[in-house]
Amino acid sequence: MNENDPQISQDITNLITVGNAFSEHAKMSMRNVNVFYADKQAIHDVSLDIGKNEVVAMIGPSGCGKSTFLRCMNRMNDTIDSCRIEGDFRLEEDDIYHPNQDVVALRARVGIVFQKPNPFPKSIYDNVAYGPKVHGLASSKTDLDEIVETSLVRAGLWNEVKDRLTAAGTGLSGGQQQRLCIARTIAVGPEVILMDEPCSALDPIATAKIEELIAELSQNFTIAIVTHSMQQAARVSQRTAYFHMGKLIEVNDTKKVFTNPEHELTEAYITGRFG
Amino acid sequence: MNTSMLLVIAIIMMAMAFFLGRKRAITVAGGNHGIRNLNSLPGYYGTLSALWCGIPSLLILALWVIFDDYIIIQIIIQELPTSSQALSESELGLLLNTVANIALNNSSTLVAEPFIIEAADRLNGLKSISQMALSVVILCVAMGLALFSWLRVNTQLKARVKVENVFKIVLLLCASIAVFTTAGIVFSVIFESIKFFQSVPFFDFVFGLQWSPQMAIRADQIGGSGAFGAVPLFAGTMLISVIAMIIAVPAGLMAAIYLSEYASPKVRTIVKPALEVLAGVPTVVYGFFAALTVAPYLRDTGSMFGLSVSSESALAAGLVMGVMIIPFISSLSDDVINAVPQSLRDGSLGLGATHSETIKQVIIPAALPGIVGGILLAVSRAIGETMIVVMAAGLAANLTANPLESVTTVTVQIVTLLVGDQEFNSPKTLSAFALGLMLFLITLALNSIALMVVKKYREQYE
Repeated sequence: MNENDPQISQDITNLITVGNAFSEHAKMSMRNVNVFYADKQAIHDVSLDIGKNEVVAMIGPSGCGKSTFLRCMNRMNDTIDSCRIEGDFRLEEDDIYHPNQDVVALRARVGIVFQKPNPFPKSIYDNVAYGPKVHGLASSKTDLDEIVETSLVRAGLWNEVKDRLTAAGTGLSGGQQQRLCIARTIAVGPEVILMDEPCSALDPIATAKIEELIAELSQNFTIAIVTHSMQQAARVSQRTAYFHMGKLIEVNDTKKVFTNPEHELTEAYITGRFG
Repeated sequence: MNTSMLLVIAIIMMAMAFFLGRKRAITVAGGNHGIRNLNSLPGYYGTLSALWCGIPSLLILALWVIFDDYIIIQIIIQELPTSSQALSESELGLLLNTVANIALNNSSTLVAEPFIIEAADRLNGLKSISQMALSVVILCVAMGLALFSWLRVNTQLKARVKVENVFKIVLLLCASIAVFTTAGIVFSVIFESIKFFQSVPFFDFVFGLQWSPQMAIRADQIGGSGAFGAVPLFAGTMLISVIAMIIAVPAGLMAAIYLSEYASPKVRTIVKPALEVLAGVPTVVYGFFAALTVAPYLRDTGSMFGLSVSSESALAAGLVMGVMIIPFISSLSDDVINAVPQSLRDGSLGLGATHSETIKQVIIPAALPGIVGGILLAVSRAIGETMIVVMAAGLAANLTANPLESVTTVTVQIVTLLVGDQEFNSPKTLSAFALGLMLFLITLALNSIALMVVKKYREQYE
């Protein structure tokens, strides 16, 4: 990042998000979110809605807080001791950070796919069956088989693995592993899927497959995706949120963000002046 | 000059060769500015000269020291009267010993036959000749080779490559020390065992159910018949090891899970070193803890319930051995559990699994090969453990599966067989080597299985 560029070295302490951060049919809504790692503030007063069946892309330079924000949406940051979260997170009407909120139930409704494919050291079948078993979603073996098959079909992996469901999930290629992780997430039947740079460890062909998959999945799920690739954001999302140094700078329709950004920081980023 | 003096001289000459070689290299290169003309840095030329000077002379020195005694003795024997040469090996040895003593003391006070005195003089003569010859040879070789290498120094000489090759060989030799030692131990045990199996049939030893190694050494002694069936010993070893593992595996594993998954950093910093202190307690201390505290306690508790517990029970030894092994298992398991990538934990938690589900279904299976490997290593440790069982398990070779009775183990028997005055031709003593061989094979097999298990699963999952 070029700090000396007069256009972008402006004071952003009092910056207000431009564009349209809110949605009429919000599936998830976050208000006035501040996140701290020990004493360091990682997110400054961010408010954002994710509409139902919408794909929202979060972009921005490294360290801008987009992944942190995403991980707060299903309380994955609970596992980090030094992390402190303020603000209001809602999944429809439920308060995600309410003291009575059951994290297990929340994560069943808001699934997450990570940057690096992380299949369990189990068979392909067991990887997908893991979530349904944990949540007791299948009453019989037939049920479970069906859930596994449907999930793999929806993740576009069924035809490639149907003959070797008992093989180790870790033996698949990187792209297949990531689709396996998506199948694993779908199998629990979430309402929202969070994706944290799901393609950054994959080659272009595998990436293209995952992007296709995201488009299909958005018919049934609400998706928030963090990505480093602006092309990817442009291809898969309906709305794009641009983060900069822990602040949400701009949220707009993806097309508008990439063709006619409202904020100069957004413009600087998408035209490649920094990031 | 004696040998140590020669050694010092050789080292001094090496140092001189180093400096001369280095200086010569700089001169050949044309001063300090010409060093770039050299194939290697000047230090390498110096080292090469030192190696040329030192290694052959030190090798000659070593070989000379090893063989000169033998050669001199042979010469002496050749010159002894034919009547003495016809003596048996042990009598000849005695005779030579007398000769050596007289030669050393240089005393005629010892009453000896004239031919012995003559031989002693001859021995002294030969020794001084040998020593002088050695000094001359060493000095000539060292100086000659130092000169040779000094003359060879030129800009084209690949000194660095040569020096590095020499050091590669030195490193290889160091690495082989462990291998050769192991091989040496194995062979010595094998040879003694073969001697044992000449007097006791192999299958009687391996499958015999009776162990009572006391036997008459001389015809007029009263002793047992000597039964060498190793089964009761191995059964006792297994019994105690099983008891130990029943204690150590769950306790160690759960301690590891607690420490790596649940404990706060504060608790961890206290508990982990405390567990490691347990590993640092000498086994002999565990031994008397078992013999003086645990065993009487078990006996008293048992009698309260109307059970007759031997005061040296397998249970006491096994329990204490189990406690001893806990830190072994917990620290190995802790390492492998910590090595399970955070991404797997996140993946499981992200699907809505609880912490304990994540541990049971993802972390433990992923860490299992490492854990199994650790357990098998702990088993071979339990089998080879000696002090605790010597003090707490007893000597009676009972073939029993009852942990309340006294049993004995392979290691205990090896200790008792070899402690004190022994005759090394008796099967009683030799049986210790056969037991050692069996024990070695068993732990070797366990360790190989452990390594195979670890390797197999690692290939599959990483």
